[in-house]
Amino acid sequence: MQLALTDDEAKFRDELREFFTTEIPADLRERMRLGTLAGRDDIATGHKILNANGLAVPHWPVEWGGKDWTPTQHQIYVDEMQLACVPEPLNFNTKMVGPVIAEFGSQQVKERFLAATANLDIWWCQGFSEPEAGSDLASLRTTAQRDGDTYVVNGQKTWTTLGQYADWIFCLVRTDPQAPKRQAGISFLLIDLDTPGITMRPIKLIDGSVEVNEVFFEDVRVPADQLVGEENQGWTYAKFLLGNERTGVAAVGITKVRLAEVKQHAADKGLLDDPLFAAQLAEVENELLALELTQMRVVSGSADGKPNPVSSVLKLRGSQLQQAATELLVEVAGPDALPYRADGEITSPDWAQRAAPVYLNYRKSSIYSGSNEVQRNIISSTILGL
Amino acid sequence: MDFQLTDEQVLLRDTTRNLLSRSYDQDSRNKIADTELGFSRDVWNQLAEIGILGLGFDEEAGGQIEVMVVMTEIGRHLAPEPVVHAALGPGNLIADSGSDDQRSILDEVAAGQKLLAFAHDGVTSAAQQGDSWTLTGRKNPVLAGDSADTLVVSATLPDGGTGLFLVDAKAVTRHPYRTFDGRRGAQIDFDATGAQPLGAAVDASAQISDALVRMQSALDAEAVGAMEEAIRLTTEYLKTRKQFGVTLNKFQTLTQRAADMYVSLEMARSMCNYAAMSIADSNLDPVIASRAKLQIGRSGRHVGQEAIQLHGGIGMTAEYPVGHYTARLTALEQTLGSPAEHLRVLVDQVGGYGIVTLADT
Repeated sequence: MQLALTDDEAKFRDELREFFTTEIPADLRERMRLGTLAGRDDIATGHKILNANGLAVPHWPVEWGGKDWTPTQHQIYVDEMQLACVPEPLNFNTKMVGPVIAEFGSQQVKERFLAATANLDIWWCQGFSEPEAGSDLASLRTTAQRDGDTYVVNGQKTWTTLGQYADWIFCLVRTDPQAPKRQAGISFLLIDLDTPGITMRPIKLIDGSVEVNEVFFEDVRVPADQLVGEENQGWTYAKFLLGNERTGVAAVGITKVRLAEVKQHAADKGLLDDPLFAAQLAEVENELLALELTQMRVVSGSADGKPNPVSSVLKLRGSQLQQAATELLVEVAGPDALPYRADGEITSPDWAQRAAPVYLNYRKSSIYSGSNEVQRNIISSTILGL
Repeated sequence: MDFQLTDEQVLLRDTTRNLLSRSYDQDSRNKIADTELGFSRDVWNQLAEIGILGLGFDEEAGGQIEVMVVMTEIGRHLAPEPVVHAALGPGNLIADSGSDDQRSILDEVAAGQKLLAFAHDGVTSAAQQGDSWTLTGRKNPVLAGDSADTLVVSATLPDGGTGLFLVDAKAVTRHPYRTFDGRRGAQIDFDATGAQPLGAAVDASAQISDALVRMQSALDAEAVGAMEEAIRLTTEYLKTRKQFGVTLNKFQTLTQRAADMYVSLEMARSMCNYAAMSIADSNLDPVIASRAKLQIGRSGRHVGQEAIQLHGGIGMTAEYPVGHYTARLTALEQTLGSPAEHLRVLVDQVGGYGIVTLADT
């Protein structure tokens, strides 16, 4: 057992830290830290700088722009990016559709999409959830009927994050309604959002933001060569994708930065001298270190690259601690959290005015990407054998 | 960064596990707990044969990772042998501070022939007359103090500071007792009792801090082993116990709570590794020890309570093991600093840094 990084790993970390803090514009990283990213442009700026330096898709196969890194190196990359407040490359591209195409797509699909996906020349969004298919994803009802060399898509997707910026959507669609198991009749289809028959409608959230959308499909004709892999194998690809999604989801670095912000404002207000508050903060910090160590154990033990069921622990605990940090920020803000987007004429500082919306927004983290109840089911069935 | 045990450490784990699973089930544990000594001399001797009672006394005798591996098994089997309190903890102090002559005691300790105890909680002062020293005061609780042959005692020095002394247990007044989890301890009174400085009669606060950090790490591991077994017992029970015509694992309200117990265990295990790996790396920072003990205290409380609740009434009975694990976890939580005390350590330094980090990794 050895806690410290090897010399090579420490050098790797230092190089990435240097890169992230010098090559990514400071104003962009500051907006990331404050949670005030300017929509599509800021995410695209960060993503394209990373890709120009070979750092947007390190976990992809090497021939499509990936790096032959160890699991520990991949974790260092994520941690350093989060600690430097670099907006992560768009995960719909890098963690979701990209790896699925690279793993299961035909050569022609790979050549058509992978480079453009890595460079964010195509902005992807996700079409999985439906109004009647949330945690029970396999009950999805959007259909794709084969008609010559096209599929005709009808139905509705929802919770499509950042769909308002997207060029394309990757969808799970039902291609065989008669399949004996409902998981067996699902396919993975790539759809240009400019195709006639698609309507994107924003969903306003409780924090006042528009982050997610509904997408309606009405007789949308999709070329059949935009199918990934084989027809009716989409569930397998989706499980592969969701496994990828969970491994980076502990967000330890992001929560560390937010707790440091909490601490800074608490110190400014003298709240850090209040033992009740200081104890709350110290306890959450400690729980975060326990999570970080757990992540290190998972990473160093997953040399085969397979999703580990303990990833569910990371998702569950990671979301809880992200939420705890946002709660503490509201507490530090106190009554100054009440004004919302008031102008600079009032005394409540901007960070305090943002605290409650961020807190409300982060209620999502224990719901998306497999709710915490789903994670507990995975733990109890897969790990505990219940 | 490497969390794997070496082949030798795996062998040590398996050997310890075999010995203890041969030696103990709840029935035999209950019987042993009712004896005057409260643990088995026979098991103690076998632990000595494996080399467990001398772990950490010198470089070749293994280090904190080995202690962690062994103590996890002690916890898993709820073995009553006071490995930390009667051997490793006070033994480490003698190894650190003792003269060559005093260190020779350690051979007997490692061989299982001499029992120690560290008398630390309480107020005792040291006085010097010529070349000889005496101690006066009271120590309580002294875990394993009931059966110790030799005591390592902390005492206030005439010129301030805290010194360490060796005292023959026959020279003190002992009030032995049982702890609520079936272990043993004593209140020990010193009344101008003859004592021998451990090494020189100088302030040993640093050595005491180091020894406590090592002992805390060992108890962390014991708690992790106890939690593992409490969760194993609970999941087995959920799979076999039937109510309303089905096994309990059909009730999601129970399986979701079992999943949360597992999360608590993994957080505890991570912190336990952190504490032991730091010590093995020669970093005996008490803040790291407090970080670990806080998390493990929280996890132990959660796992212990839920283990009983998910069992139902059977978990309350003395003949069934799970409640004993809860009792032990509760005792460990209150030994060498409660979670609240360790949280206070963290609160005292939380303003001293911005972003929280593990020690320089």
